[in-house]
Amino acid sequence: MKKISARIYTFLIFLFLYAPIFVLIVFSFNDSETASRTVWGGFSFRWYRKLFEDRLILEALRNTLFIAVVSAAASTVLGTMAAIGINSMKRLPRRIMMNITNFPMVNPEIVTGVSLMLLFVFAVRLFGGKSLGMASLIAAHITFCLPYVILSVLPKLRQMDQNLYEAAQDLGCPPLKAFFKVVLPEIMPGIVTGMIMAFTLSIDDFVISYFTSGTTQTLPIYIYSMTRKRISPEINALSTVLFTVIMVLLIIINVRSFKDRDSRPKASTPLH
Amino acid sequence: MRKYHIPYTKKQAFTHPSLYMAAGLCAAFCLSLAPARTAFAEETAAPSRGVTINVYNWGEYIANGTDDSLDINEEFTRRTGIQVNYTTFDSNEALYSKLAGGGADYDVIIPSDYMVSKLIDENMLAELDFSNIPNFQYIDERFRDPDYDPGSRYSVPYTWGVVGLFYNTDYIEEEITSWTALWDDRYAGKILMFDNPRDSFAIAQFLLGQSLNTTEESDWAEAAALLKQQKPLVQAYVMDRIFDKMESSEAWIAPYYSGDAAILVDNNDSIRFVVPEEGTNYFVDAMCIPSTSSHRAEAEEYINFLCDPEIAGANMNYVGYSTPESAAKAYIDEEMVTSPLYYPDDKTLARTQVFVNLPENTSKLVDRLWAEAKMGGPGESAVLIAIILGFLGVYIAIIISKRQKRRRELA
Repeated sequence: MKKISARIYTFLIFLFLYAPIFVLIVFSFNDSETASRTVWGGFSFRWYRKLFEDRLILEALRNTLFIAVVSAAASTVLGTMAAIGINSMKRLPRRIMMNITNFPMVNPEIVTGVSLMLLFVFAVRLFGGKSLGMASLIAAHITFCLPYVILSVLPKLRQMDQNLYEAAQDLGCPPLKAFFKVVLPEIMPGIVTGMIMAFTLSIDDFVISYFTSGTTQTLPIYIYSMTRKRISPEINALSTVLFTVIMVLLIIINVRSFKDRDSRPKASTPLH
Repeated sequence: MRKYHIPYTKKQAFTHPSLYMAAGLCAAFCLSLAPARTAFAEETAAPSRGVTINVYNWGEYIANGTDDSLDINEEFTRRTGIQVNYTTFDSNEALYSKLAGGGADYDVIIPSDYMVSKLIDENMLAELDFSNIPNFQYIDERFRDPDYDPGSRYSVPYTWGVVGLFYNTDYIEEEITSWTALWDDRYAGKILMFDNPRDSFAIAQFLLGQSLNTTEESDWAEAAALLKQQKPLVQAYVMDRIFDKMESSEAWIAPYYSGDAAILVDNNDSIRFVVPEEGTNYFVDAMCIPSTSSHRAEAEEYINFLCDPEIAGANMNYVGYSTPESAAKAYIDEEMVTSPLYYPDDKTLARTQVFVNLPENTSKLVDRLWAEAKMGGPGESAVLIAIILGFLGVYIAIIISKRQKRRRELA
């Protein structure tokens, strides 16, 4: 009895998580003139065809991916450096630092967005520019991604045996080389997690982008602007493509880490 | 969407070098996206002038090359050599906040009537140089010198439409001719209303025979009372969700913009459109140049291009709105031109009114009255305070119990 109810509970959880995605995917194949999201009119690829013809969506997608890649890379590098710095601090300054870095995470997005916009507008005016755009978007995204990277790298640093680094130096390794050869591989899983987090956060951010975008348009902003008429099933099609690509990538990563573990059963730290 | 052919060439969608910087997922994904395109005919394109204009328009409001339509922006670039950075907004208020925030440098914007007059009042629009917009001659007499822009100095109409009632004849057997149908309790729970104050108030104001732009407080209060009275009958206050709700018969009757909802009538035989006899709101979206624009001449060239009857016709075929140019009708599907949905007769148009900007204190009053009508008035704020106090109480209780627990453990 207990087992059955546990199963039902798990099933319900997965249903709530995946039913919306399932509906979205099904309706991306809907053949309906009115772009309906509730009435099924037969199977077709028309929204996929339309999606690949729609220059505006593709441009918005390109902007979004470009911003996500750049800001994820930049915030990973900056965040890792910050985490190493914070890790080697004394107790009190470390606590102060951690509070400062955590603050942007608990700060409401809209406050971050508006204040960044005001700052950027001020800065752009100061330097004689005319408009916010790609650069301000990337700066904003790095800002809100940083704490997440720091938070995922720090625990790895604390888990690491501090003596390893010193031992490497004892054995004649220069500090920089010791860092790349000893410290970096140890904290790599944290860095990767942080980077993936930063990437996904950047892709689906709407509020902060809305305020700091200037004349550049990202995908979430474009989708939101469709609401006067109706959100076109092209967006369903696009989401389906994104979902499939991410799904495939995740499977590949998991299969590879499995293989890695099999071939090197005693490897130091397995991924995840 | 309607099909319409004009010979033109398409340019490769992905040309930006930044694309190639995006490694991993990005590259793999984009490669899978890159569509097979016909080569760009170099000899027909005007040389690039190194100027990019920023255009800010409503979402889904221009022909973009899908469904065999003409890609307006690409065609403009091909003919003039001016690049277009085309972005979209969802509401007049979003456009306003972006302009007022100072973070964006737009060259062409397309706000609606009342927003045009608001922007004029606040000196945010540049006066147009009509010697650069010769195609203004095609704009019909009726659309010149509008109330929102006296003398047509700042704006050129892009599209227009009227608000009307859509209803499902499967459930509503009588012929609807009046806005009072939205107050009919036989349709209780099947009525939809606009989710914005001015459109909703306009309906009540037509029933009361008021001017849409009245500044009398008592007029607005009266209209608000009417909306409050209607509230129990209304299923939902919605904007774009009307399409799904009407199509699936979840709702039977709803007011909406003729151009947007025309597609409902086209594809569903039982849905009918009517402009009620009390009159209705007639709206115009117009092209303007913000005073901060740094490429005014090029922006005027763009406006002129969109006014070209052939282009306007191709554009309206895709967008599904009405054009203010009679000359463009030659390029629009016969079916659309003769439909009263797109082009209501003069008798109907004589009963229409257009929005203009309301003074600051009136628009504040309207916002407050709307919130009261929609949410159910100040009674709701008491509930809100009760909820907040409840949360606070629970929070304090948790803190106290934790502290007691700790004390017990220490003891």
